[in-house]
Amino acid sequence: MTSNKKELAVAALKAGTVIDRIPSTALFKAVKLLGIENLDRNVTIGNNLESRKIGKKGIIKIADTVFPETVLNRIALIAPTAVVNTIENFEVKDKRQVELPETIVGIVKCDNPKCITNNEPMDTKFHVVGHDPVVIRCHYCNHTVEGKDAKIL
Amino acid sequence: MTSKSLVSISDIDKEEMLHLLELSRYFEENPNSKILDGRVVATLFFEPSTRTRLSFETAVNRLGGRVIGFSDANSTSTSKGETLKDTIKMVSNYVDLIVMRHHLEGAARYATEVTSKPIINAGDGANQHPSQTMLDLYSIYKTQGTLENLTITMVGDLKYGRTVHSLLMAMRYFNPTFNFIACDELQMPAEYKKFCIDNGIRFNESTDFSADVINSSDIIYMTRVQRERFTDIMEYERVKDLYRLHNSMLDNSKPTLKILHPLPRVNEIDQDVDDNPKAYYFQQAGNGLFARQAIITRALGIDPLAK
Repeated sequence: MTSNKKELAVAALKAGTVIDRIPSTALFKAVKLLGIENLDRNVTIGNNLESRKIGKKGIIKIADTVFPETVLNRIALIAPTAVVNTIENFEVKDKRQVELPETIVGIVKCDNPKCITNNEPMDTKFHVVGHDPVVIRCHYCNHTVEGKDAKIL
Repeated sequence: MTSKSLVSISDIDKEEMLHLLELSRYFEENPNSKILDGRVVATLFFEPSTRTRLSFETAVNRLGGRVIGFSDANSTSTSKGETLKDTIKMVSNYVDLIVMRHHLEGAARYATEVTSKPIINAGDGANQHPSQTMLDLYSIYKTQGTLENLTITMVGDLKYGRTVHSLLMAMRYFNPTFNFIACDELQMPAEYKKFCIDNGIRFNESTDFSADVINSSDIIYMTRVQRERFTDIMEYERVKDLYRLHNSMLDNSKPTLKILHPLPRVNEIDQDVDDNPKAYYFQQAGNGLFARQAIITRALGIDPLAK
């Protein structure tokens, strides 16, 4: 009982966002993509948890914060399986899968050192050209990279 | 879009491609005119390329336009740390059209986003060089009378060869059959083979530059095999002569066969081929003038065929 209570103390969220089913290898990239390093809210990060659906998973809980959909959808790049739960009064008010946008601006660094985006003060821009696996192509130099290997700016 | 920039050959569809070929033919018949009278074109060569620059500047001059620009970024504010954006914005105040070459990939695409003046990409690193593709297409069209249903053999460096990749993509509208002839190190990359499969384009791949391949070809597109592409110099020494074309290899080829090469050539085409009427690489370079006249007038929204 005691241990269960303890677990609940960490896990229960009155209000905020829970992002579940992130592949373990992508968890810390997801943290970076959301920009939660500098949040002063209560943030809980769990990793290498058992998941029946994807093997090992990671989970991120952020108290009292609701992210814009465009920010959440960034996660689809590295973790297409991720599920976003919006919590209000300890209850799941909304549950949805992240959706990959067609164009990704200003988030991913192009891994081609000769790309203009690595040499000018400008935003990067990628187009999604494949979904399984996720593949993105640089709008400028046309280099392609798999979503899971994308370098986050 | 008022701007008629040309950054990549994939920016234009079949109809526009064919129209550019008709325009090229028109300019071959009428190379000198005054249709660019009063227009100023900038040729910004952040990276030197004498051949391409002279060809573009000749194209403007023969159409009665004026040219400003530079042939080496060291003589510009770029060497003082000015961004590409600032250089393009500054030059845009002065001219009607910018032709640019840059060592960084994607530079021309970015330039189109910071100015309303049309941009013609004259090469951005290993990325795109659409005027080369247009002159290749025009050379094929002119010598074969069509672009449809041709067998095109690409030989040499198919891995890094920007020109063969762009030509392959441009030919997707015209039901070609490709032969890719290269050593193991320099094979056509998987993404272009996938492009062929996705677009229903037939292709054969071989390391053997055989008589069968030569004799079935309408076009043989030769490219330079560069020593610096090889991690193993012994391997380079082994393969360098396997993809050399000699005149005697053409004995049983089609009478209409033409040999193309983007130039400069080193030794992949023997000098003894030069006098064969099937050798077309020097005329091909000459066609660059007409193809570039077509691209320039399109960019400026001038169409001598519309009258």
